[in-house]
Amino acid sequence: MTLTDPAAPAALEGTTDPNGVEDLGAARPLRIDVWRRFRKNRLAMVGLFFIVFLVLVAIFAPAIAPYSITERTSGSARQPPSMDHFFGTDNIGRDVFSRVVYGARVSLKIGILATIISLTIGLLLGATSGFFGGTIGTLIMRLTDVFLAIPYIVLAVAIATVLGRSENSIILIIGVIGWTSIARIVRSSFLSLKRLEYVEAATALGFSRSRVMFKHILPNALQPIIIYGTIAIGSVILTEAALSFVGVGPVDPTPAWGKMVAEAKSSLTNAPHMLFFPAGAIFLTVLSFVFVGDGLRDALDPKLK
Amino acid sequence: MADALPSSAPAVLADTNVLLSMRGLRAGFPTDDGFVRAVDGVSFDVERGEVLAIVGESGSGKSVTAMSILGLQPTLEVAEGEILWKDRDLLTMTEAERRSIRGGDIAMIFQDPLTALNPVHTVGRQIGEMARVHEGLSKKQARERAVEMLDLVGIPEPGSRADMYPHEFSGGMRQRAMIAMAISCKPDLLIADEPTTALDVTVQAQVLDVLLDIKDEIDSAIILITHDLGVVAGLADRVLVMYAGRPIEVGTTDEIFYETRHPYTLGLLASLPRLDDLGDEPLVPIVGSPPSLIRKPSGCAFHPRCRFARVPGNCDSDDPALRLVAGDAHMAACHYAEDLADVTVESLRSSVDVHAESELHDGQLGVDSSLLEAGDEALVADVSVPEAVAHPGVTDRAAGNVEEWPIESDGPRDDEVTP
Amino acid sequence: MTSYIIRRLLQIIPTVFVALSFLFFIFFLLPGDPARLIAGGAERNVDPGVLERVEERYGFNEPIGEQFTNYWQRTIQWDLGESFLTNESVNEILGRKAVASVRLAIWAIIIEIIVGISVGLLSAIRRYSIGDRITTILTAAASAIPVFVLGFVLQYLFAVQPNKLDFPEWARLRTSGIGPDTWTFFFIPTGEQWRYLILPAITLASVTTALLARMTRGSMLEVLRADYMRTARSKGLGEREVVLKHGLRNAMLPVVTLIGIDFGTAIGAAVLTEFTFNWPGIGSQIVTSVDQRDLPVLLGLTLAVVLAYALVNVIVDVSYAWFDPRIRLGKGEQS
Repeated sequence: MTLTDPAAPAALEGTTDPNGVEDLGAARPLRIDVWRRFRKNRLAMVGLFFIVFLVLVAIFAPAIAPYSITERTSGSARQPPSMDHFFGTDNIGRDVFSRVVYGARVSLKIGILATIISLTIGLLLGATSGFFGGTIGTLIMRLTDVFLAIPYIVLAVAIATVLGRSENSIILIIGVIGWTSIARIVRSSFLSLKRLEYVEAATALGFSRSRVMFKHILPNALQPIIIYGTIAIGSVILTEAALSFVGVGPVDPTPAWGKMVAEAKSSLTNAPHMLFFPAGAIFLTVLSFVFVGDGLRDALDPKLK
Repeated sequence: MADALPSSAPAVLADTNVLLSMRGLRAGFPTDDGFVRAVDGVSFDVERGEVLAIVGESGSGKSVTAMSILGLQPTLEVAEGEILWKDRDLLTMTEAERRSIRGGDIAMIFQDPLTALNPVHTVGRQIGEMARVHEGLSKKQARERAVEMLDLVGIPEPGSRADMYPHEFSGGMRQRAMIAMAISCKPDLLIADEPTTALDVTVQAQVLDVLLDIKDEIDSAIILITHDLGVVAGLADRVLVMYAGRPIEVGTTDEIFYETRHPYTLGLLASLPRLDDLGDEPLVPIVGSPPSLIRKPSGCAFHPRCRFARVPGNCDSDDPALRLVAGDAHMAACHYAEDLADVTVESLRSSVDVHAESELHDGQLGVDSSLLEAGDEALVADVSVPEAVAHPGVTDRAAGNVEEWPIESDGPRDDEVTP
Repeated sequence: MTSYIIRRLLQIIPTVFVALSFLFFIFFLLPGDPARLIAGGAERNVDPGVLERVEERYGFNEPIGEQFTNYWQRTIQWDLGESFLTNESVNEILGRKAVASVRLAIWAIIIEIIVGISVGLLSAIRRYSIGDRITTILTAAASAIPVFVLGFVLQYLFAVQPNKLDFPEWARLRTSGIGPDTWTFFFIPTGEQWRYLILPAITLASVTTALLARMTRGSMLEVLRADYMRTARSKGLGEREVVLKHGLRNAMLPVVTLIGIDFGTAIGAAVLTEFTFNWPGIGSQIVTSVDQRDLPVLLGLTLAVVLAYALVNVIVDVSYAWFDPRIRLGKGEQS
């Protein structure tokens, strides 16, 4: 004998205000709500602006950088910042500013491509594992465990040793190593979503399993993926920096920021600017992605207010 | 806005039987879209030992009202009003004073016992905590008290149960454990927020029995928040029906059930499926949905969904005050409450809801009479009839004409309220 | 409970096996002459002497399957071989380096737990306060700085500059290597040692502390909203008691898991930190041996790390299960 909300005939749904004021029950598109909340987060907006700025710098690098990345100004190695060289010169006389600017291209390229690779692999494996469950699911999870068991540095270094050093091999390495977290997230999303009723309904209607997987479950599992992916770009850049530092990153003369930092190690005492500017670039870029990722998370989940 | 204090309120201050007195409380939540007026002028009294049920749909403000008594909703902004507990205003007390009242004088039973109990503490510890806080008992004594309380609510083997964790209990037992917790310091008032909603129907009855027994045992009053009228019938002495943040009818249980004086309450009662219904009879809902609490309808908040609304008229322009409409203390907030004396729940159920078939169009009702059949009886309010009256079977929505029934007549009849 | 522990421990074996075999095959199976690869890497020129030793030691003329079984046969008996370069027993190298790494790690963990958890809790309780906002930015920043950059910055600020500016001796910290072998209770530095320890420890702790603080904050925020907190307040408990007695334990549950996951990150960070500060631990040794293509050392040390990591994970899982009575006692509902 319970009284639940009476089912309202469609005609009267929402017509609670005869004065015709906008009905607040009507759904606004989700994207607008999310964007509104995101906009309010100052840190996230700052991060977003910086990323846009960075992309522009990467695109217009040739126009911005006064020197090429290999050009040496003879006789002026390790010069501190000056009007000629905004960020100073490095140990063989190259302009640090120009190299940092071109480095934006390298970092963004590596960051985005590697993340895409990780996301794709992680998505496929995670979805399969979560959706089908059972033996396949557990097997894939064991595979994840294996990848996670080896410290990533060791794995990366090992693979790099074999594949050789280049931008592309770095992208491949980081991409292939990084799928594990995404796979886990996707899998647990699928595991919980697949029990929801609308999935049962779709299956009962006879939709093929892959259709159910892709058209029904996936869009909902997308949210944590988006958040993770954003932050992941930042951490890929960090990883690239670490690998360059350890000696398996791209080769000269690629102006990878991490490599520039590694090269600056010996000059710390007399030419700290060689370290400071590329390191600063890494820092600001990663920080921006972190803020944007955080902002996305808060904007997508209003309960966190 | 309606005057929150009923004009003919029973004597309050002088009456030492009154434990709690809420006066004109207005409170709500600021949101991005505006201020949500969850509690919009609520007043009531609770006397020693009585069971007052506060009834309403989701969003009627009943839970928020209850939470505001103990100040358990930190985001709630109180705009005005008082909550008097034995003549002291809970809203203006210091936090320390409020804390001593929570649990000691007024205790709360929450809706979902699974999430309301701490999963990492034993049940016994949580029950005993009440006594430790208010009576300064030692751990050992508190545990004894906990066992005593578990026994009182009918949990078998209370001694070993006290050392178990909440997830090891079944739903009904968990709720009993919550009750045990609430009564462990013999409070004068229990506030039960939808205590049976999360439970199976069979278990609900048991828990309600426990509540009744307990009430007699420790002589406490109970405020019972619920949307389940069945629960109300079995337990309550008085009922307060809330809609859109304020009370719209108050009376004894018998008065509310058998001498209903508000269209909303009538609607609620009519929508209950009954054991003697034939299997294929449709349910009789109240059409529409509760209004937004940010921008409420003008006039009476219920009028857009009311079968008897006189629109245009004072239903959509004047907010009805809660006033005495029958007996000593039966109050309702409706301009035409007295007219409802002739309407019963049965008649409501057996007649067609004209309103259901209509659309609101520029504030006027337009009716599609093709949906009705000859012989249908309908309940309509006294609505103004325009000069050009349409023949039954013809609709003219744009002009907003209203038709009246029964259909077999040749023309409309004015001022006919057909039971 | 014990069966759970045993099961988890047994699960380590296949994981470790597959992981190490995977590494093995990367070196032996991918394109290029394996001996050449090991001796010189994909691009370097090969030193014929090393090449000969490699071929002899590892019998590259034998079919790959046999090489594989040989390797595992030896490994199971913990015969990790000798370094290509110095011929020193890998076990001995492992022993030495492990001690140094563990000492550093213990301090990093102490800092991480104390600072990370308290910062996280405080910023959750005082949400939106100035302190919280500053902390949010700081923790985000700390996770954005590459570990080695932080190391450099600290070195610059606390060692290079003081040296340049002639600070008194007591204020100078060390940036390279490990000091005199003066430790008490295994991990407490005495004498000059702490000067060498403090910068690397802080650097190593930074990344994980930031992560831990963020996670603690998130967890605590969720707990603060929980229904049982409201119940506790309705009993008349003061806010402080509510948070400490009811909230804390629940908030710590996911944090415990995070400390375990963090360990993986920590290992990576440890490698970088040790390398930056020339701290003679397992991490920097792994990096150098990759560079030098010293395969036995690399494989041996990696095996040790993988095992340690797997064990830590088991410990974390078990302690999580122990803390949460819902898992410990099983979901047994009784009517």
